Amino acid sequence: MALLGYLVFLAFPFFWLISTAFKPARELGSLHPTWIPRHPTLDNFRQAFDEQPLLRAGFNSLVAAVSAALIAVVVATPMAYVMARRRGRLATAATGWVVVSQAFPFVLLIIPLFLVLKSLHLINSVAGLVMVYVVWSLPFALWMLVGYVRAVPLELEEAAAVDGAGRLRTLVSVTAPLLAPGIVATGLFAFITAWNEFFFALVLLKTPEKQTLPVVLTHFLGAEGAADLGPLAAAAFLATLPSLAVFAVIQRRITSGMLAGAVKS
Amino acid sequence: MRSRLLILAGVVLALLLATLTGCSDSGSGGGGKVRLRFQSLAWQKESVAATKELVKEWNAAHPEVQVQYVQGSWDTVHDQLLTAFEGGEAPDVIHDASDDLADFAYGGYLADLRPLLPAALKEDIPARSWQTATFGKGVYGVPFLQEPRVLIANTKIITSSGVRIPTPEQPWTWEEFRQVAKRLSGKGRYGIAWPLREPVSITLNLGLSTGGQLFHREADGKVRVAFGEGDAAVPTVVHDQVNVDGSAARTTLGMGGSDTLPGFFGGRYAMAALGFSYRQQIVQQAPKGFEWTVLPAPAGSEGLAQGVSPQTLSVAEDSPHKREAAAFIGFLLQPRNMVRLAQGDWMLPTGAAALKDPALHTARYGWATGAALAGALRSAPAQSVRGYPEWKDKVATPALQEYYSGAIDLGQLRKRLVKDGNLVLARYQR
Repeated sequence: MALLGYLVFLAFPFFWLISTAFKPARELGSLHPTWIPRHPTLDNFRQAFDEQPLLRAGFNSLVAAVSAALIAVVVATPMAYVMARRRGRLATAATGWVVVSQAFPFVLLIIPLFLVLKSLHLINSVAGLVMVYVVWSLPFALWMLVGYVRAVPLELEEAAAVDGAGRLRTLVSVTAPLLAPGIVATGLFAFITAWNEFFFALVLLKTPEKQTLPVVLTHFLGAEGAADLGPLAAAAFLATLPSLAVFAVIQRRITSGMLAGAVKS
Repeated sequence: MRSRLLILAGVVLALLLATLTGCSDSGSGGGGKVRLRFQSLAWQKESVAATKELVKEWNAAHPEVQVQYVQGSWDTVHDQLLTAFEGGEAPDVIHDASDDLADFAYGGYLADLRPLLPAALKEDIPARSWQTATFGKGVYGVPFLQEPRVLIANTKIITSSGVRIPTPEQPWTWEEFRQVAKRLSGKGRYGIAWPLREPVSITLNLGLSTGGQLFHREADGKVRVAFGEGDAAVPTVVHDQVNVDGSAARTTLGMGGSDTLPGFFGGRYAMAALGFSYRQQIVQQAPKGFEWTVLPAPAGSEGLAQGVSPQTLSVAEDSPHKREAAAFIGFLLQPRNMVRLAQGDWMLPTGAAALKDPALHTARYGWATGAALAGALRSAPAQSVRGYPEWKDKVATPALQEYYSGAIDLGQLRKRLVKDGNLVLARYQR
């Protein structure tokens, strides 16, 4: 029951978002809000697409998030392996630095970062944004993966070595399958982090054709908290779909990956 | 199977790299054309359309100076501009509000517009509006749209109650307003909704009508906070309506303007104190047959005076094309264009010629009432006070929220606004 209650609690904002997205303007202003729209309409979606370049912004977000997730995983996996398997001062210092780097509020970093990217001619470029996302998500990705690597018994790798497998063969055939769920979960984390990120995209992308979805969503907001609520809800609902889709697809992979490699053939 | 996966991953990576390379900024075009970036904060459907149309018209008429429309957001404009200024990447033409300009102007990020603007535009906008964008000796923005606070009333409730309907010529006094709000209250109904989630600017701006000023510039040029009778009048009325008369809804103290609309439509509040532009949301969201009217805010010893922070257009100091940017602003704010922008944003233009346009004097949607208030609008008291944002967030907002909710009395409010407030301002004026 507690779990059910928790799930309902978690799902409520999403449910309310969907409900709002399908309500006509007059129903949004009703003193007695309805759970299900009385007169459901697609007008909010039409208006959202008419007023803002949602498709282009969605594509930009997708490119940035997928790239950032792939690169973060590719870079973090070997680093995590070394940090997990090699005990020593360097590994301890690296782990400490990863933890400390999470403590910097990014508002402090944004101006130096902006200047660095400017000197690299990467302002107003999705490539620059991806670089920031990778750097930003790397410490936590590393932290996650170190935990997954440590969970893989060292004895399995030693047994493979005894069976005559080389270092690379051991990594590819023994360690990697067991690490797959962790890699997928880390990639998912990096994807969602980049997909939802707003502030870096806001300050680094100058022209409309480069802007990402979270930045475009703010265009439905006015001064003093005023909002074009219907189109905002419609656009926000559409913006959550890719995250949900990626999660739905990858969740199966996480589950199956956990079993893969458990029995060595 | 594994090799197929590897090939697929390789193809995806190659495609992404190709896309990313294509997404890199190639810089502004050549061909001798000047390219300006204009960051607009227009957000309502009509105002975005009007602004984009004007940019299109400019571009058609000025092939050598092409303007790119960039959409910004009110919520994030300050941080975004600050970073862009620091990085030397600010848009050439900047849309903002005058109360956000002080730090940028004093920081040297904005161009002084006095030598750049066309004479006709300078003359068309009254001195009191120019004052809102004047910092030190320079003018750092062109104030072009302004928004008075008005009372939006449920017509049926207010006419059936028999109270005198105020006009800009014969507004309610604050005391009369308090009595009216009491009369309009009844079972399950409040006379007035005060959406005071952000109480400082409303309190200060309406306080001008009773002679409140709060910020006083002294002989040494430094600004100090003082809280006199004129400053106390408006907060006292609001406080008493909530805590003594019960004619103002306590629940609205934590609300923004939009949040009060369902209750207003449902007859829970007879009136709501809202910005003039909220009429657009009312038109969109009000139930069919709902009748509403726009009334002037109450008047005090200074009449209908109230403070405003107009929307402004500025030019970045770093822009290599300041003259062209100023010329574009001049085009955008020609009287007929200013009217289009004002109608799109449901606000009042600052320009005298635009304000005379018959479209803004129709009784429909209360335009005439708003236009009649334009002459009483003044620069918001905090306009050029350095340290105001910190004073507002750390001192005034919590103090006023506590006072309006009844947690502290007027003496405690005064002490906090003045004593704590002057400590904050002193740090900015060393």
